Amino acid sequence: MSAATAAVGTQGDATPYYDGVVKNFVLASVFWGIVGFLAGDFIAWQLAFPALNLDLEWTTFGRVRPVHTNAVIFAFGGNALIGTSFYVVQRTCRASLFGGAGFGNFIFWTFQSLIVLAASSYVLGGSQGREYAELEWWLDIYLTVIWVCYLIAFAGTIMRRKEPHIYVANWFYLAFILTIAMLHLGNNLALPVVFFGGESWWKSYSLYAGVQDAMTQWWYGHNAVGFFLTAGFLAMMYYFVPKRAERPVYSYRLSIVHFWALIFLYIWAGPHHLHYTALPDWAQTLGMTFSVMLWMPSWGGMINGLMTLSGAWDKLRTDPVMRFLVSSVAFYGMSTFEGPMMSIKAVNSLSHYTDWTVGHVHSGALGWVAFVTFGSFYYLIPKLWGRRELYSLKLVGLHFWVSTVGVVLYITAMWISGIMQGLMWRAYDSLGFLQYSFIETVEAMHPYYIIRAVGGLLFVLGGLIMVYNMIRTIRGDVAAGEAQPMAAAARG
Amino acid sequence: MFADFVQHVLRPFWGVWMMVLFLGIVFWAFRPKNKGRFESYGDIPFRDDDKER
Repeated sequence: MSAATAAVGTQGDATPYYDGVVKNFVLASVFWGIVGFLAGDFIAWQLAFPALNLDLEWTTFGRVRPVHTNAVIFAFGGNALIGTSFYVVQRTCRASLFGGAGFGNFIFWTFQSLIVLAASSYVLGGSQGREYAELEWWLDIYLTVIWVCYLIAFAGTIMRRKEPHIYVANWFYLAFILTIAMLHLGNNLALPVVFFGGESWWKSYSLYAGVQDAMTQWWYGHNAVGFFLTAGFLAMMYYFVPKRAERPVYSYRLSIVHFWALIFLYIWAGPHHLHYTALPDWAQTLGMTFSVMLWMPSWGGMINGLMTLSGAWDKLRTDPVMRFLVSSVAFYGMSTFEGPMMSIKAVNSLSHYTDWTVGHVHSGALGWVAFVTFGSFYYLIPKLWGRRELYSLKLVGLHFWVSTVGVVLYITAMWISGIMQGLMWRAYDSLGFLQYSFIETVEAMHPYYIIRAVGGLLFVLGGLIMVYNMIRTIRGDVAAGEAQPMAAAARG
Repeated sequence: MFADFVQHVLRPFWGVWMMVLFLGIVFWAFRPKNKGRFESYGDIPFRDDDKER
């Protein structure tokens, strides 16, 4: 459809939106989310009590950790991104999904099968040894096929839009899809050993060597954070915060600058993962400089999200779904302040390789990514299943507080433990010897590992509250004594 | 000749050209003339065909 078919502001004929496929992605995202949270909390307890690795090769930390990271990032986050992108692109373009329900469900089922294959391969010991890109070459090719189908469905929908302008959320989704494709192909160039005289069909080795290999990996790794965990979820923010607040985004012009600043800067920040390594100094300084500059778009975006509520701040008190969305943006602001600070070489010399990094990642992953997803799902679920509101908004409030306490316990424990660990590593005695052996730093961290695991447990508990609320909402139940703040009825 | 010009004059200053391009985008976004049009795009999420409200 050309842009000329609808003038700005006109309501089109009721377009058939394909929401069945969106429902599938939402359910899958919640399911894999719980699996991923449980896997993460399990290995958190392992760090506190190593006997919990059960002395089995399949349940050791090294194998379960990629299951955790891939499940929460790509299965929980990925299903949330694909599902919401299909919901948002259809409505903001006022066009039905390109390829229809059949193509959408093909993408859905191939993606779920990839997740199952990936998790099985990690538990059985398959890995490329590249963080967040552990998939072996044969699974990399499978993912490439799925991803191209996803791009076709998404871009095809944009191309037949009735709305002349492409709404900013779709820019962020498209940047996420394209950049992840580029990163995935660039970082996974590998030589399968079977084609070079080896025995195994499953194993491959990277095409790069030495510092080039490390730089390629962190070019991928940091931009997976920038374009998967940031750009994609910002797209959700730019749609679901205005929708839930029932007011347009604070400044659309700021969102344009936010988008382009993020695109121009993020791609250069990767070298900050390799400070004080064999990577040339100029590349380290370049990575640090671009990371610090990222403060500007990050905070511009945060201000844009938060100020959307200006004049309606009471919703924070009355609507727990809004509380999730707004807190997620606040956590986004906090972790994008912390990140550039940690990329400064002097700070990094203390923070790198410590638990501080782990705490930083989780303030972003739990506080921003998971919270914006929860808020969006709480908005989406009644709409998708044709309910007036959720089963219980009180349970949303409970979920919010249980999870928030969990996140705060997690990140404060890791701050204290990480900074302590870094200071102990660099402490010298009066004769110039290292003051602490490595095992002494591990012993000192034990109480903080327990606090972190308890925080994680609370986060899992919050997730289970959401599952209960979601099931009751889908069944059409309404909790006794529930106030119904929104009179909106969903599309029948 | 042109390739030399790109290699020795344009390429070393790539950061400047990127900056100019970016500042151009900022100027375009915040130009008073474009204000009404851009801010009206913020209403797009409320123009879907869902029968709500």
